[in-house]
Amino acid sequence: MEQIITCINCPVGCRMTVTLTDSGEFESVSGNTCPRGASYARQECTLPLRMITAVIPVSGSRTPLSVKTNNPVPKKLIGSVMEELGRVSVSLPVRAGQVILRDVLGSGSDIVATRSLE
Amino acid sequence: MHTESDILIIGSGVTGCSLARELSRFEASVTVLDRESDVAEGATKANSGIVHAGYDAAPGTRKAYYNVRGAAMFPALCEELGVPWRRNGSLVIALNEGDRSTLLALKERGEKNGVKRLEILERDAVLSLEPSLNPDVVCALSVPDGAIVSPYEFAFALADDAALNGVSFRFGEEVLRISVLPDGRYDVQTRGASYACRVLVNCAGASGAEIHNMLSGDKLHMVHRRGQYYLLDRSDRQPFSRTVFQCPSAMGKGVLVTPTVHGNLLIGPNAEDISDPMDTATTSAGLAEVLRKAVLTWPGLSVRTNITNFSGVRAHLTVDDFVVGPCEGCPGYFEAIGIESPGLSSAPAIGAELAGMIASFLKLPQKTSTVPYVPAPKPFHDMTLAEREEAVRSDPAYGQIICRCETVTEAEIRAAIRRPVGARSVDAVKRRTRAGMGRCQGGFCLPRVAEIIADETGMPFEEITKNGGNSFLLSGTVSSFLKEVPEHE
Amino acid sequence: MSERNVDILVVGAGPAGLAAAIAARESGIGSVLVVERENEPGGILRQCIHNGFGLHRFKEELTGPEYAQRDIDRAAELDIPIECSTMVLSVSPDCTAVCLSSARGLQVIRAKAVVLAMGCRERPRGALCTPGTRCAGIYSAGTAQRFVNLEGYMPGKRVVILGSGDIGLIMARRMTLQGAKVLACVEIMPYSSGLNRNIVQCLQDYGIPLYLSHTVTDIRGRERLEGVTVSRVDEKRNPVPGTEIDLDCDTLLLSCGLIPENELTAGAGIELSPATSGAVVDDSFCTGVPGIFSCGNVLHVHDLVDYVSEESFKAGAAAAEYVLHGSCGGPYIKVLDGDGVRGTVPQKIRKEAAGPVSLMFRPAGVYRGSAAVVECGGREICRKKAMIFTPGEMALITLKPEDLASLPEDVVTVRIERS
Repeated sequence: MEQIITCINCPVGCRMTVTLTDSGEFESVSGNTCPRGASYARQECTLPLRMITAVIPVSGSRTPLSVKTNNPVPKKLIGSVMEELGRVSVSLPVRAGQVILRDVLGSGSDIVATRSLE
Repeated sequence: MHTESDILIIGSGVTGCSLARELSRFEASVTVLDRESDVAEGATKANSGIVHAGYDAAPGTRKAYYNVRGAAMFPALCEELGVPWRRNGSLVIALNEGDRSTLLALKERGEKNGVKRLEILERDAVLSLEPSLNPDVVCALSVPDGAIVSPYEFAFALADDAALNGVSFRFGEEVLRISVLPDGRYDVQTRGASYACRVLVNCAGASGAEIHNMLSGDKLHMVHRRGQYYLLDRSDRQPFSRTVFQCPSAMGKGVLVTPTVHGNLLIGPNAEDISDPMDTATTSAGLAEVLRKAVLTWPGLSVRTNITNFSGVRAHLTVDDFVVGPCEGCPGYFEAIGIESPGLSSAPAIGAELAGMIASFLKLPQKTSTVPYVPAPKPFHDMTLAEREEAVRSDPAYGQIICRCETVTEAEIRAAIRRPVGARSVDAVKRRTRAGMGRCQGGFCLPRVAEIIADETGMPFEEITKNGGNSFLLSGTVSSFLKEVPEHE
Repeated sequence: MSERNVDILVVGAGPAGLAAAIAARESGIGSVLVVERENEPGGILRQCIHNGFGLHRFKEELTGPEYAQRDIDRAAELDIPIECSTMVLSVSPDCTAVCLSSARGLQVIRAKAVVLAMGCRERPRGALCTPGTRCAGIYSAGTAQRFVNLEGYMPGKRVVILGSGDIGLIMARRMTLQGAKVLACVEIMPYSSGLNRNIVQCLQDYGIPLYLSHTVTDIRGRERLEGVTVSRVDEKRNPVPGTEIDLDCDTLLLSCGLIPENELTAGAGIELSPATSGAVVDDSFCTGVPGIFSCGNVLHVHDLVDYVSEESFKAGAAAAEYVLHGSCGGPYIKVLDGDGVRGTVPQKIRKEAAGPVSLMFRPAGVYRGSAAVVECGGREICRKKAMIFTPGEMALITLKPEDLASLPEDVVTVRIERS
């Protein structure tokens, strides 16, 4: 099974062809011009990861709170993480770096505040 | 809801506002209806802003009569109302020898109409006055009495003065039906209200013929003629100081290039007849036509500093003249319709004359005293350093610049909302204060203007509109959106 | 009117102004004052809540607010005063500024040097001359970003994005994540000026189509936006009739370029470059008026904030040097844009410049396997190869002291030598 992806590491944007086994295991990559491309291709075709950033409402504050996952989470979890964020309730005050949601959806990543709100 | 008034005016364009102000000097209750959310929402906000001297209209027409009289009223009125007006002079240019006869005919017309100091200038004299002009210019008609005004600010001031003196303005009220009551009064129905009146006045602009035809058997036919414009950024070094017209044609006065009273440059309009009077969209063909024609006046034409494009719809009657006065067969019904160019120039005279006719019809006594109008303070943008210092000392809200492109302060925005006919939308604030009218087009100040409107009026932030009706700025809170499951593919 | 004296006045407390102020203080200037028109420092980073900032400078990925906070904290450590909600109304060539705020009224600030760091603004609809109605629901991407990320309101439900610059791409993802539907991103050029990473992670991740060589040719809706027409464009960027696609949307976000905000600069009589729309500066970021410096996006629009900070540290240090030793001015070597190169900064290099000088520019197109070359008097003095040059990415070529030591002429030209 072959998959074609564009490398995101630099503006060259190499078009890489990744070969996967029938069970979806990484086999090989071609078309990359540097090792960073190869490791991105491997990750992206097996377990793509994304940082999620978002704003969520805070009771008592008109300004919303900006948050992020402190580590990248599997891309397929993006929708579910946003649903979790729709349910979370936060109140003032909030400090930058404060954990808002620990180990979101068992991903091992926490949702943390990226700003303070008084 | 039912409202009774002596006089009901349909339409709060510059004609309706001028009439309302004149009538506020008499002992009568006056109500003004407008289907839009603010004063001046039709042709009044979207025209060239020229106070024509009066050389264009044929002698003996009502256009000529009201233009010359109206234009003469502007200096004192604008002084009293604190409205920006400037006698910058106009030029009508001839680009070939064949146009010279047209200019001579215009000069003769103008002189018959009573316009002073008209003069044909030859090429060199014209180019020394306006060096950016097309060097192929042959000669030009110089009209020193031509002037420019901010048309919507003029209407706002007229409306504020009228409201201060008891006139009631009702917005969002579209006239659906008009009937005659058994006692001879008129009953005007809108979607949710009715208005009874002894005198009904049609100042309905683009809807003028429609309203007229509801009442009169003598039907009028109106053509909606759209004109598109470019508005360029303010500059101290505009290429033209005078209003420059090309030779007029059957479709109107043609494409002009003019500075505005605020130092912008206005280019337009083209003229195209359209079926929907509310269709104020611009089109790529229309905008291209404006540029194609304007380049004949200004060969160095550049729209690199364009701020916005807009269009206005002129209410052209097939009878090709204004219709002003009482309507035969409809006692108590007066009208001012077909008020296309030179309608802005004519409005003060039309208002004064119509008010006189209505007052004598109703035998209205003059009020013994009126509430004096206090013009809006000088814009912060135009103040000297000392004036600015004094302003911020008297009101710290002058210390907050909200619109950085046009240097508009929080104090001025709050004042615009608190005026007698106060701003209720972002565009209403913009037209009264110029906040958002600059080169970033509200990119920075829009959220803050909306916040001040919410604060002043108590409206929820989400209900603030760009320009009334359903022109909501926002669709909901981040919170309400997160609660709906987002779509993912 | 109150009057104050400071050594260095910094206009703007975004990343550029903060870095300049920090550098000035670290260079030994006692009296540094930063004035900021918004009510908080941080500039546009406050609303850029996405990650990806700081990889070069901090070797880690920060969000905008986190990146800004590091400089705000450092400025606080150094006791640099930041006066917020204060607008500079004018700067004169003698380094005197008139400032306005509610708290202090009008004040005159006399400085020995001024650093201009006002940032940039977005190109609005009017500048694009897009026909159609003037309804609600048309915003620049940054205005929408402010509504969502700082005010907590969503500008619409069904969104089309015109322009594929990074802010547009970032807003495509933001609007989607926060619960809106993004129908398309439309780009008039045959390539996106955004980062590959953003095309993948902001559009492809969410199945948002990118229409290259397309533009919005009509806008419909009397009150609120009801739809737009998108058309393909030819090589000259003119719409091709018959290629129209109608999209029903209530929101159009514009991400069509940034313009340095140089009203104060022009008011001070400082020469501006038509290529960058920013001041003409020398290698110390000094403008044509001695003592007035310029850095960050008000000088030229950057691709990464890391480079804004780097440039602004240099500008702040140079302003300090000027205050301490009074050095500023020529003679100069002129720097010209050659083939394939737009808006090189600095536009002139002091002949006395000792250290290496970095020339920054925007490639005029996409060039693969090419080289940036600096020439003087027909002689090549420096060359830098790259796998790709794109307009979306700032290119940089550094002249070493020995390159500058023996130039045959007082003019150098930067050009791209295409493969």
